[in-house]
Amino acid sequence: MSHTATRADVVIVALAELFRGDGEVLASPMGLLPALGARLARLTFEPDLLLSDGEAFLLSASGVVEGWQPFRRMLDTIVPHGRRHVVMGANQLDRFGNQNISAIGDHARPVRQLLGVRGAPGNTVNHRTSYWVPRHSKRVFVESVDVVSGVGYDNAAKAGLRFHDVHRVVTNLGVLDFSGPDHSMRLVSAHPGVAPSEVEDATSFALETAGAGVTREPSAAELALIREVLDPKSSREKEVPS
Amino acid sequence: MMADKRMTADEVAAELSDGMTVGIGGWGSRRKPMALVRAILRSPVKDLTVVSYGGPDVGLLCAAGKVRRVVFGFVTLDSIPYDPWFGRARESGRIEVTEYDEGMFATALSAAAQRLPFLPTRAGLGSGVLKVNPGLRTVRSPYADGEELLAVPAQRLDVALVHLNRADARGNAQYLGPDPYFDDLFCLAAAKRFVSVEQVVETTELTRLGPVQSLLLSRSTVDGVVEAPRGAHFTTAVPDYGRDERFQRHYVNSAKDTDAWPVFVDRFLSGDEDDYLSEVDKFTQEGAA
Repeated sequence: MSHTATRADVVIVALAELFRGDGEVLASPMGLLPALGARLARLTFEPDLLLSDGEAFLLSASGVVEGWQPFRRMLDTIVPHGRRHVVMGANQLDRFGNQNISAIGDHARPVRQLLGVRGAPGNTVNHRTSYWVPRHSKRVFVESVDVVSGVGYDNAAKAGLRFHDVHRVVTNLGVLDFSGPDHSMRLVSAHPGVAPSEVEDATSFALETAGAGVTREPSAAELALIREVLDPKSSREKEVPS
Repeated sequence: MMADKRMTADEVAAELSDGMTVGIGGWGSRRKPMALVRAILRSPVKDLTVVSYGGPDVGLLCAAGKVRRVVFGFVTLDSIPYDPWFGRARESGRIEVTEYDEGMFATALSAAAQRLPFLPTRAGLGSGVLKVNPGLRTVRSPYADGEELLAVPAQRLDVALVHLNRADARGNAQYLGPDPYFDDLFCLAAAKRFVSVEQVVETTELTRLGPVQSLLLSRSTVDGVVEAPRGAHFTTAVPDYGRDERFQRHYVNSAKDTDAWPVFVDRFLSGDEDDYLSEVDKFTQEGAA
């Protein structure tokens, strides 16, 4: 087996790192790679994370049912109570972390209907939220989003939201946070083999890249877990080709 | 004499009139009252406001031109992200929408269930939901914190349609899968409530089939019971059956293609429920061959 990590391996570790320090909270990763990241975090440095089966059951790391959390409980109490960290996708994302998964174009008659705002407004006003973007491009990273689904820092400040906490964005090119001026997006690290300028070129707005590092490589133990335990069929490589 | 609330899906559809607000239970492509939806497709009713955690129920009603407005937080087929007919209805401007956050949607039903004018929440604040629903108002906490919250107006329903696993003839209804969804809330928010089930059983059977907590609907919130085996097809009604993924893909591929759609309608939606199920069986056999 090769000891060289693929881009997908690096991404999974970066997604796992989102949960570092979270402790005993519900991790709600949307999509294959965020789910692999959350499970890797639980198997290594965040053993107390709670994870669901994607339906109504909470499963322990060994696959034992340890709780019940139907959609009703999720919306009535788990989200508003706040002990949750969601990783959502984004069709559009702007510099302050406003996210759109609702529709492209004019909401009254969209050019492209997407999912709808789903739980994004409630998630972003209640608990920590991160985003996963498998193809970092100017189409996703836009000047302004068409329908604010997940609330960004500018809108949260205007609305006086006490529990707003947009954490980080992981993409196929790098890791970003909101530590720039006025909570604007900043490149934390570019993945190995990616130049910060590449990330800038794939972003519509001016991106702060000064001081950006390189995303850490998976350890040998992490690589073994990803390859042998979490994703032996290498489904990750289809979502993020190297 | 105890009430026997059994009726047919077509009798349920006949209870609807043009312009009504109809709540549909389930979630995405999960435990949708599809036999009742198919009965609506066969009926002349139109201009409905559909309130739904949307799945193929919304798509099929849009395809048949039954919908004036959709109240939703999402429309998805779960294993396939987008419903083509809902997308087409939105992109052509044919329907109006009230788009809410998922939590707001439940809050609106809860307010109606509790006969309150509104309930407060944070979900929606700061988001585009306020912009696309200019009628929404906020309310300030009367206590020392003074926090401004969103006042979600009650979403009352003329009719609620839900699908569960078992019920007795009086309307005590039971789910046997992992998730109740919001079906009891839909019924509490509605003036008239109809439940379809896989099987109508004696009341004594209900607590033999599952724990008492699985009795989701009380007969006091149910007006009609329809025995509709496979009545959630092609959505899931576990443990009775899972989602028919092959059929769902066929629905989506047909819905994407304006030439293929009439063929789908002709084969599956032009007869009654028995015709539908028999064509589905043939479709399944073709796949196995």
